[in-house]
Amino acid sequence: MDSILSGFIRAFQLIFHLNAELFGIILLSLKVSGLALVIATILGLPLGSMLGLKRFPGRDLAISAVNTLMGLPPVVVGLFVYLILSRKGILGFLGLLYSPSAMIIAQSILALPIVTALCHSAIVNVDPLIRLASRTLGATPRQETLAIFHEARYGIISAIVAAFGRVMAEVGAILIVGGNIAGYTRVMTTTIALETDKGNFELALALGIILLLLSFMVNALLHKVQRKGMVSSQ
Amino acid sequence: MKLHVSHITKTYGNRMILNDCSYVFDKTGTYVLMGSNGCGKSTFLRICALLEPQDNGELAYFDNGTSLAQDITLRRRLTLVLPRTGVFNTTVDKNVAYGLKIRGLDHAVIERKVIAALDFVGLGPKAGQHARTLSSGETQRLGIARALVLEPEVLFLDEPTASIDEENTGIIESIIGTMSKEGRSKIIMTTHDRDQANRVGDVQLVMKNGRIENQDLK
Repeated sequence: MDSILSGFIRAFQLIFHLNAELFGIILLSLKVSGLALVIATILGLPLGSMLGLKRFPGRDLAISAVNTLMGLPPVVVGLFVYLILSRKGILGFLGLLYSPSAMIIAQSILALPIVTALCHSAIVNVDPLIRLASRTLGATPRQETLAIFHEARYGIISAIVAAFGRVMAEVGAILIVGGNIAGYTRVMTTTIALETDKGNFELALALGIILLLLSFMVNALLHKVQRKGMVSSQ
Repeated sequence: MKLHVSHITKTYGNRMILNDCSYVFDKTGTYVLMGSNGCGKSTFLRICALLEPQDNGELAYFDNGTSLAQDITLRRRLTLVLPRTGVFNTTVDKNVAYGLKIRGLDHAVIERKVIAALDFVGLGPKAGQHARTLSSGETQRLGIARALVLEPEVLFLDEPTASIDEENTGIIESIIGTMSKEGRSKIIMTTHDRDQANRVGDVQLVMKNGRIENQDLK
């Protein structure tokens, strides 16, 4: 019990003394997950919009596939990316394995179905009358689509925030493709796993506290966005 | 602007909604189209407002004897108010400003026109309110304000007083009457209510079996 308490005290000391190693790890985590989220949004938003707005053969199958992929196990993604980026893999020549780039790729793959599926859901839930109403008021097809996006804005923001929450807390995929190299690929979740193994609880606890705080902030933001969307659609 | 509808047909699945439907809308004032549920009134309005194509037949708009191309420019000279207004998830004034904004008008002009339109339909004091908190009658008036702010040359109103209370019906009829008197737009509206048709219509039409069968000039 004493060791847990002293671990917490030392963890807070690390946080309040702005420990360089600790903040280096936090910064890298935010960079990797942030860039993964940007990539997932750039790809997922148009994909989700296409699934929501267009009718094409195989659409239902594509929607089911995207919904299934939302629950992708991170270790499976890690294994998949590892095989592609390893020396014998099809992208092995790029030499990206055990680098932050490999971690960004893995997290992008994890975030992409979440952004796509939730954006699709936000768009299909827009009242069909909105498209017709904007057309009656003289909107071009592009302006009609923009009107739908505007209506779905809270749902789209929620999708992006939810994907960020998922990748920030993820450990399996980045551990496999990043390798947990100190000062290079070591992020919050992988450090917690490693330091716990080593019995070095203070750094693990400090990162755990920060990860929890970040998770709380993401969820508070998500709740606020969803609440705003609910209030304005009443 | 005149509208010539010639021998239009429209079928949904196996059901023929409009069957060789023809009419010439060449007068100013308010045309009222009556008919039973599902007789094709709304389809007719949507086709006339260039929102959906007919299967066969012709539709032509003329301005000073010249036939107009059916493009976005013409579509922006017409506006249809739907029976159930699709309200944008924002405030009342921003709903009314939408059509002006997509036309690229100056912000100051938009503001002035929006205030005037909202005052005209009696929603001035609710300009900053969220549009989805309005009553159904107020929502219908918002739909009309959103259309008339665009100063359309032809205004289509699809059942503008369906399922709203007597007070709001009176307000909307008075708005239609004022617009008709001021000659702001040619109004083509549908209704179930023969008394309402008598009150607001300059020309009364009946749709039956997919055609505008008879007309009764007031």
